Amino acid sequence: MKFKALTAVAALMVAMPAITLADPDDDTLVLNGETEMVTKAAAPAHMEETGIDTVMSGWHFRNDDTQAMQADDFDNPGMLAVESAIEAWNTVEGEAGKSCASCHGAAEDSMKGIRAVYPKWNETAGELRTLAMQVNDCRTNQMKAEPYKYDSGPMAAMEALISVQSRGMPVNVAIDGPVQAIWEKGKELYYTRTGILELSCASCHEENYGNMIRADHLSQGQINGFPTYRLKNAKLNTVHGRFKGCVRDTRAETYKPGSEEFIALELYVASRGNGLSVEGPSVRN
Amino acid sequence: MKVYALTLAATLAAGAAFAGEVAPADVVFNEDGAIVASLSGVAGNPAEGAKVMTNRGLGNCVACHEVSALSDAPFHGNVGPSLDGVGDRWSAAELRSIIVNAKVMYEGTVMPSFYRVSGFTRPGDGYTGKAATEIAPLLTAQQVEDVVAFLGTLKE
Ligand code: HEC
Ligand code: HEC
Repeated sequence: MKFKALTAVAALMVAMPAITLADPDDDTLVLNGETEMVTKAAAPAHMEETGIDTVMSGWHFRNDDTQAMQADDFDNPGMLAVESAIEAWNTVEGEAGKSCASCHGAAEDSMKGIRAVYPKWNETAGELRTLAMQVNDCRTNQMKAEPYKYDSGPMAAMEALISVQSRGMPVNVAIDGPVQAIWEKGKELYYTRTGILELSCASCHEENYGNMIRADHLSQGQINGFPTYRLKNAKLNTVHGRFKGCVRDTRAETYKPGSEEFIALELYVASRGNGLSVEGPSVRN
Repeated sequence: MKVYALTLAATLAAGAAFAGEVAPADVVFNEDGAIVASLSGVAGNPAEGAKVMTNRGLGNCVACHEVSALSDAPFHGNVGPSLDGVGDRWSAAELRSIIVNAKVMYEGTVMPSFYRVSGFTRPGDGYTGKAATEIAPLLTAQQVEDVVAFLGTLKE
């Protein structure tokens, strides 16, 4: 019975004109009935050569139910991770006898605006830092605690807690000065066709966003909504975890979460979303 | 049992070709970019070709193409054009070429090459994310012929 129903739905989908199915919608994301989010924005100047004039959140490419789930914190399963991260934030760990709160006080105040500008150049260390790298730098150097695994649940949860403090603020990562060479490298990776299927990020998310690839509605592959709660694996997913999955799907040897390559790619992809609201934790399928 | 048969086919494709088969590296394109000779020397079976086109682990062509004749299989994509009527638009030799290496006819196309084993960046071992140790073509010579035969039946 179930199978029959499915087939019928599928037949219907095939019969319908592709346009109605495939285009991103024009809905408005209002968070908790209060905060209107910018989910479509004029593309940043550096994207001129791509021919894309409007950047769009992946939210527009999901169905109404998934969209609604993200619009209300009580329905957003990612918010449970935020709860657990609040506990971690206040928990003393490591030989220095400190918690995040010991140095940063209330996350609501000290973490406001942080997510929007990462990855970010750290002048003292002379390196580009993703949010995950900064969290682990605090854990190892300030708290003398063990680092979180780069794309682990506790890391995703901590990133979610930090992202929540910037929700609604525009993504605004810097791409010039000391990070320019890394940004260029990230851009090169974005256009490199990998694997036996020879597909690049651009093959799917620049040339074909709005189209269907089998049952998947392709978005622009933006990361303003990360970490992302995916209904498919029922957990919060990190940016590098998602990158890894997409590269694997080209039948390629993937890069590792936390690798130089994915750090550069994160900076580049983040910069393609400059102007969109920070949404994390978002909900996707 | 089914899995075993599949693995066996893949291994064979990677290793020495069957007698009378054209190996991926030996495929000859004519001046128009078409491949005139059959890859397997055995006539294609359209029914098998239809299976290859809908199977996720094989051609998975419907991931990108709508094909009305295959509407039983769920979810057709629209990254590529609808294949309805391709049997009128292209000869068997041209269709063979598009499947073997679509980049010959369509420079820069996102369509993968289904009968090629070299020239890849970071080739992986299936969908494991690990490096490939040996590269088998995505389809066997006979599967390509089966798909060519099926596409030939798609007339307006
Ligand atoms: C074979 C097609 C394909 C390729 C190649 C691909 N992706 Fe994806 N990607 C998908 C699909 C399908 C999804 C899920 C639907 C969506 O959001 O587009 C997705 C989702 C994403 C998301 C989540 C978007 C959101 O709103 O949550 C990000 C980020 C992403 N991809 C980045 C990348 C990057 C970076 C690359 C290159 C390293 C890449 N993708 C390559 C198919 C692809
Ligand atoms: C990742 C996407 C993708 C997959 C998978 C794919 N194709 Fe294509 N195909 C395309 C695109 C895109 C084009 C159009 C060529 C272009 O302009 O790039 C195309 C063109 C074609 C054409 C020419 C159509 C015409 O109307 O002239 C045929 C025939 C074809 N594909 C057959 C197949 C078959 C058979 C398979 C599976 C064995 C397959 N394709 C798998 C993307 C794909």
